Amino acid sequence: MTLDIMTVLPFLLMIFVVAILLGTEVISKVPSILHTPLMSGSNAISGITVVAALVAAGEGHNWVSTMLGTAAVAFAMINVVGGYLVTNRMLEMFKKHEEPKK
Amino acid sequence: MTYAMEVVYLFSSILFIMGLRGLSHPETARRGMHMAELGMLFAVIGTLVGKQIVTWEWIIAGIAIGSAIGAAMAIFMPMTAMPQRIALSHAFGALAAVLVGVNEYIEKGHLGELSNGLMSAIGFEVLFGALTVTGSLMAFGKLNEMIKGAPITYKGQNFVNISLFFITIGMFVYLIFFPYDYVTFYWMIGLSFLIGIFIVLPIGGADMPVVISLMNSYAGLAAAATGFAIDNKVLIIAGSLDGSSGFILSIIMSKAMNRSFTNVLFGAVGSPQVDTTALAEQRPISRFSIEDTKFVLEQAERVVIVPGYGMAVAQAQHTVRELSDALEQRGIKVEFAIHPVAGRMPGHMNVLLAEANVSYDQLLEMEVINPTMDTVDVCIVIGANDVVNPAARSDKGSPIYGMPIINVDKAKTVIVMKRSMATGFAGIENPLFYEPNTKMLFGDAKHVMQELVAEFKKV
Repeated sequence: MTLDIMTVLPFLLMIFVVAILLGTEVISKVPSILHTPLMSGSNAISGITVVAALVAAGEGHNWVSTMLGTAAVAFAMINVVGGYLVTNRMLEMFKKHEEPKK
Repeated sequence: MTYAMEVVYLFSSILFIMGLRGLSHPETARRGMHMAELGMLFAVIGTLVGKQIVTWEWIIAGIAIGSAIGAAMAIFMPMTAMPQRIALSHAFGALAAVLVGVNEYIEKGHLGELSNGLMSAIGFEVLFGALTVTGSLMAFGKLNEMIKGAPITYKGQNFVNISLFFITIGMFVYLIFFPYDYVTFYWMIGLSFLIGIFIVLPIGGADMPVVISLMNSYAGLAAAATGFAIDNKVLIIAGSLDGSSGFILSIIMSKAMNRSFTNVLFGAVGSPQVDTTALAEQRPISRFSIEDTKFVLEQAERVVIVPGYGMAVAQAQHTVRELSDALEQRGIKVEFAIHPVAGRMPGHMNVLLAEANVSYDQLLEMEVINPTMDTVDVCIVIGANDVVNPAARSDKGSPIYGMPIINVDKAKTVIVMKRSMATGFAGIENPLFYEPNTKMLFGDAKHVMQELVAEFKKV
């Protein structure tokens, strides 16, 4: 990547702003009973940092960056795997009972 | 980055957005999460097959270790530990961002490619990341009761925090213009770690929902900044989604407490417990026994249960469900009224009650239940205090004045289950306990509930 970030910055900022607006729109429709799953789910999504970590760990530049990258991969994966599993576990509990058990 | 990878990332981004949209209803929520999982899978596989990756050993090790720990935490952690788990996961995510940022700084520094723009992105990434790491760990410590839950304050605290904040910002601005000053870079990270600690130190347990939401937002913003640093759109989009979700939640939480962000972060509620204590010291309260409670409940047509953090502490949610079943068997309508900041994180009570198998359409928001409160025969308050404190409506001197509350005092009879007459976390006297229609039922929430359920089963 020899291209400087400045050349793509306006474009990236645009994506950022649109994503924030879209996120705000989508998330404001989440009912309060699902706020905890929302938080753990969106936290799992932000585990997307794993993508950057994978590149750092696998580029094979030098020892330091492989180590930093590997640690970052591990931490991000805790979030991705743990976050999705626990969100699913929670969502499974949100059930509607048609009639109360007599 | 190849064209194909950009397309894969675009797909992931779409799946993330659709996934979060699924969360707008409990029926579609699980499908939504599966979409988001698929999006993550695409992004990871796309990156792995991309041309940038040349060595595999360490990647596989990292993925294996992270997945194992993540899975273990998800499977074995009890639902009651959910606030802690979420705080911890914010710390992990932010730490990953910090490590990636430091790596980017070192690498680009070696190559002499640290432009002002790149430095700004890396700076935001490590700043948000570092303060989220320690801030979330502090929140974890407080939630896990390893650190005192009450606000820790000292003289000149705000001054220290604000100066620390400005020094760090100053370093950041300096770095944008002189990016190769690596000593300043590491100092800046160090100070951000300190800010994270200091900022959560004075925040009390009852304000945790705001802190957790804020940390959720910062962790997302750190991920988005990473996207800027490495020119990766899916990181920007996914990070922004997390950022906005945390931001919206913090706004909802702050509103539900009638406080501003700055007030939560710098206000340290809990210190002003002066004025209201004198108010009601020796007024009479009326007590209820288990039998009295059962008698009143049996006469009722509509019962509303208001849970609070005390229910979580006593782990009484299952027994509460049993009581609700017992009442419903007698044809009594039972609903649960959930205050947005009840508990230690957004949605805390809902998760616990869902775990106990309470149908989600019985879980009502404050706004829904309040207008109908005067038709409620019996309102049972379990381990909630500040969120049902009528002083918030009437007493201008009260620290929680203006905070929206569940109007339990409008119900015909209010039964308050409490360990003792001690004040809530905010240390504020609750005039509700002295109302003529309020009956106090002292004891551990779970034990009292068990006795009550047993009483109902007798007949």
